[in-house]
Amino acid sequence: MKRVALAGNPNVGKSTLFNALTGLRQHTGNWAGKTVATARGEYGFSGEEYQLIDLPGAYSLAAHSQEEAVARDYIRSGQADGVVVVCDATCLERNLILVLQVLELTGKVLVCVNLLDEAERMGIKVDLPALSERLGVPVVGAAGGRQEGLYDLKEAIARLVEADAPAAPEKTPQERVTLAEHYAAQVVRSEKADHQRRQQKLDRLLTSKTTGIPIMLLLLGVVVWLTVAGANGPSALLTELFARLEDVLRGWMADAPAWLSGILLDGVYRVTAWVVAVMLPPMAIFFPLFTLLEDLGYLPRVAFVMDHAFQKCRTCGKQCLTMCMSMGCNACGVTGCRIIDSPRERLIAILTSSLVPCNGKFPTLIALITLFFVGGRSGLLSSLQGAALLLGTLVLGVAGTLACSRFLSATVLKGMPSSFALELPPFRKPRVGEVIVRSVLDRTLFVLGRAMAVAAPAGAVIWLMANVTAGETTILAHCTGFLDPFARLFGLDGVILMAFLLGWPANEIVLPVMLMAYLSTGSLVEFDDLTALGQLLTQHGWTWLTAVCTMLFSLFHWPCSTTCLTIYKETGSVKWTALSVVLPTALGLGLCLIVATAARALGLA
Amino acid sequence: MYEMLCLSALREGESAYVTEVNAGPAMDRRLTDLGLVRGTRVTCVLRSPAGDPCAYLIRGALIALRQADAAGVALERRTEDIPEAVTI
Repeated sequence: MKRVALAGNPNVGKSTLFNALTGLRQHTGNWAGKTVATARGEYGFSGEEYQLIDLPGAYSLAAHSQEEAVARDYIRSGQADGVVVVCDATCLERNLILVLQVLELTGKVLVCVNLLDEAERMGIKVDLPALSERLGVPVVGAAGGRQEGLYDLKEAIARLVEADAPAAPEKTPQERVTLAEHYAAQVVRSEKADHQRRQQKLDRLLTSKTTGIPIMLLLLGVVVWLTVAGANGPSALLTELFARLEDVLRGWMADAPAWLSGILLDGVYRVTAWVVAVMLPPMAIFFPLFTLLEDLGYLPRVAFVMDHAFQKCRTCGKQCLTMCMSMGCNACGVTGCRIIDSPRERLIAILTSSLVPCNGKFPTLIALITLFFVGGRSGLLSSLQGAALLLGTLVLGVAGTLACSRFLSATVLKGMPSSFALELPPFRKPRVGEVIVRSVLDRTLFVLGRAMAVAAPAGAVIWLMANVTAGETTILAHCTGFLDPFARLFGLDGVILMAFLLGWPANEIVLPVMLMAYLSTGSLVEFDDLTALGQLLTQHGWTWLTAVCTMLFSLFHWPCSTTCLTIYKETGSVKWTALSVVLPTALGLGLCLIVATAARALGLA
Repeated sequence: MYEMLCLSALREGESAYVTEVNAGPAMDRRLTDLGLVRGTRVTCVLRSPAGDPCAYLIRGALIALRQADAAGVALERRTEDIPEAVTI
C-alpha cells in the first residue's frame, strides 16, 4: 500500500478533499503521545491501494506549535511515498510559502490548487501549467469535492508515488515570501470582481459597531427559536410512539416477575425513551443549523466581534470558537481548545468550557422555561418567548465564562494575553447536503448514542434506588431526604440535587431522574405532555423560584463524566480536572444562594 | 516623502508597506508565516465593534490582529498609494 500525506494551511478545504477521496473508509484518533488529531483513510485507484494521512493544518513547518511539529516530523521522516500540498486558489500567494517549505523537505510533492470554483467567482484565475513549471513539481486543480477534479488528483497521486525527486535547498523565511510573491505575480490573474466587494460588504455588516453584535444575537436567536419551535411536534410524536411501544412491551412481559419488568420497562426503557424523545428533535435541528453557520465561515467573525471581551479577560479570542463547539457538546469544546496556542489561555478555555450549556441541557432548560415562564402553551408567540428566554440563558452562560476566565487570569493562571492572529476565511456557499449528512452522522447520532448508552444503565440504577427499601423508606428517599435541608438553602430540593448527582454521566437524564424520584414518592400520574409534568412539579412544591434555581444550577454545575474524562486527558492533571469541577459548581451554588435568599427576603417566594 | 506609522494606526480602507516587524518573538514568527515581512503591502479592511482587533488584508488573506500586536509592525505610507502602483 502506498502512503500519501495531505498537508496545507488551515481553511483550504483539505478535510473536504480528504473526505471526498476516502469516503467512509477513515479512522480518526490522536498522534502517538500528542494531543493533535489525526485522520487516516484509504482508497483504491487502478488496482493500487492508497493510504491518505491528513496532516494537521498549519501555516508553516517551523514547529512553533505541536501541529506544525507533527506535520514537519512526518514529512521529514520519509514515511510517506509522496506529499500532496493543498492550496487555496483564492489566496495562493500565502499558500505557496508552505509549498516552498515542504519542497525543502522532500521533492516528492504534488500541489493541489483547491477551491478553483470559488476563485472563479472572485475573479481570480490561476495558470496551473505555469505554476507547475515554476515550482518544478506537478500541479492539479480541484474544486471542493467535485468528481472531475478528484479523478485528476488520484491519477496525479499515482504518478507522484512512482516518481523520484530531490528536495530543494533551504531558504530563509524572507526568501520564501519573496519567491512566493514572485511566482504568484506570474501565475495569478485577478480582476477586482463584484464578488470581492460583496464579500467586504457582508463582512462590514457582520462586524461593524452598529450591526455586528445585534446580528450575532439575532442569528443565534433564530437558531434557538427554530430549535425550540421545531422540536415540539416531533418530540410529542416520538413520546407517543414510545408510549405505544411500551404498552406492547408490557403485554409481552405480562408473565415476568414484577421486579424484572420494573427494571427493564420503568427503569431502562422509560429513561432511554425519554432521552431519545426529548433530545433527538432539538439536536437534529440545532446541529445542522449550526454547522451551516460554521460552513458559511461565520464563526470566525463571531470570534472577531467578541475578541475585545476576551482581551479584557486576558485570554485568547479563539476561546469564542471553542465556546461555540461547547454549545454542541462540552467534551468537543474541550478537545477544540487545541486551536489555542498559549498553554495558559488553553487551560482557561478548558476549565471554563462547561459554563456554556451543551445540547444535553437544552431539553431541561426548554421544558422549565415553557412550564414556568411562558404564558401560552403553544403558538408563535410562546415559541418566540421561549426562544428569547433560552437565548438569555445562553448569554448568561457566556457572561459566566467571561467572568470565570477573568477570575482565573487574575488568580491561579496569572498572565497577560499572548499574541493572536485569526484568519477570517472568505464566506463560502454552504454545501447543504454535506452539512446535513455530516452533522447528523458525526454529531447528532454520535452524541445521541453516547447519551443512550449512559441512560440505559442509569435507568436501571435509579429504578433500583427508588424501589429497594432500607428500613421503612427507599434508598432514593433516604438520599434525597439527607440532601434536602442543604438543597433548600439554594432554592432547590433534595430530589433536584440528587437528580443532578445521578445525572453526572449525562445531563440529558437529569429531568427524567427527577420525574422518577417524584413519581415514586408521590401519586402516580401519566405524564404524556408538559401540562401533566407541570402539575407533578407543582405538587412537589415547585415555585418559579425553584425553576429559576434549577435552571441556574443546570447551567452552572460540574461537567458531565465524558467532559471530565476529556479534561483529564487534555490536561493530564487531576488538579486541573478537579478545578474544572469546583469552579462551575461554586458559581452555580453561589448564584442560587443569592437568588434564593434575595427572593425570600423580599417576600417574592 | 514617505510617511511612517505603525499598523495599529492604519485606518479602515488605508494601505501601507511594512518596514519592520518587531512584535515579540512569537508574533514575529507567526506574522512571517502569514507572509507579513518587510515590503509587504497591508490594508486595514475591518474594525471590530470595539475598534480592537482589526482585520487586515495580508497577501490575499484576511487576518485579525489585536492592536497591541499590530503596534509592533512599522509601516511606511507611500505618497502615491494607489492599488497596483509600483514604487521603487
